[in-house]
Amino acid sequence: MAITMRKLILAALCAIAVLPISPSQAQQATEVQVTYSKGQFQPNELRAPADKPITVRVKNLDAKAMEFESKSLRVEKVVAANSEGVINVRALKPGRYEFYDDFNEKARGALVVQ
Amino acid sequence: MLAALIIVFREVFEAGLIVGIVLAVTGSVPHRNRWIGGGVLAGALAACIVAAFAGALSQLFAGMGQELFNAAILAVAVTMLTWHNVWMARHGREIAGEMRAVGQAVADGTKPLLALAVVVGVAVLREGSEVALFLYGVAASDGGSALSLALGGIIGLGLGGAVCLLTYFGLMRIPPRALFATTTVLITLLAAGMAAQAVAFLERANWLTRLDTVAWDTGWLLSEKSIAGRAMHTLIGYTDQPTEMQLLVYLGVLVVTVMLMRLTAPEQNARAAATG
Repeated sequence: MAITMRKLILAALCAIAVLPISPSQAQQATEVQVTYSKGQFQPNELRAPADKPITVRVKNLDAKAMEFESKSLRVEKVVAANSEGVINVRALKPGRYEFYDDFNEKARGALVVQ
Repeated sequence: MLAALIIVFREVFEAGLIVGIVLAVTGSVPHRNRWIGGGVLAGALAACIVAAFAGALSQLFAGMGQELFNAAILAVAVTMLTWHNVWMARHGREIAGEMRAVGQAVADGTKPLLALAVVVGVAVLREGSEVALFLYGVAASDGGSALSLALGGIIGLGLGGAVCLLTYFGLMRIPPRALFATTTVLITLLAAGMAAQAVAFLERANWLTRLDTVAWDTGWLLSEKSIAGRAMHTLIGYTDQPTEMQLLVYLGVLVVTVMLMRLTAPEQNARAAATG
């Protein structure tokens, strides 16, 4: 009993050891930029091609922190006051993906993927 | 004011649940308030420091500093929770059954306390840094609105504390014999959930790209953003759109924990038989 347990643990450890952790993505990502100032996204509609990874660069020009969040994009990231945040998004199907500032839900925008 | 209250409460809520569980787990251990309180204080202090340097932190690792930092501290919490479970599987019953001298039990009892204090610290740090960032912003904004926002934040903090107490007293209603089993299950699920969250952060940082397809979407059933969804997210790691890798790691932590606990059990039985 104990021996099979040890074997299982060994197998699990081996599985963890070969987990593919790669710091760079294979495909080249498309970069889109959005500015956040006076509690608004500018522009509030971003465009990106479908089926390619996307990098969203959020520049927060306000003196307040904001949280870039989107359910459909599965992202949430706090961007400190007067700083910049980078958000990685997987390759997407065409569609409209809404995002907002979780600290100020009046600020909304969308990423249109075509 | 209401917006500030909700934002702060949402963050503190998750930390409150975890602190409540840890308090219940350590119910009978002497000096536990000192350890847990220390964990909360250290976490809050660290949260303020992290928030103050949030800009710099996020610039690390090509803009992925925040994600990797979160993944790393979650990994620490998972390790501590799992280690606690395994340790308790070996020694917990002996301590509970007063089979050991009280002094020995106290000396041993500080080991899992340290682990749990780290878990509490990490929980407060993670949720607290967002609260601190938000409140920094409030302080930076001017005039009367700042005061009402700060008030909302304070009420939100208080409500989070209430969640902690409710969790604790709720768990303490469970009879002591069943409590041990209950908290073991709770801590195992907590650890698995945190591991799955760590995976999500590594995926966002693009450090983990294998098996990152969303397995299913149960958002229609229980949104992760609702209060019930958040509670389940903290307690059992509920995610409405888990990736395959998240599921794999979640199950992996459960399996490894059960195996490690089983492995330590025969030794305990043998020793109990020898002394008994």
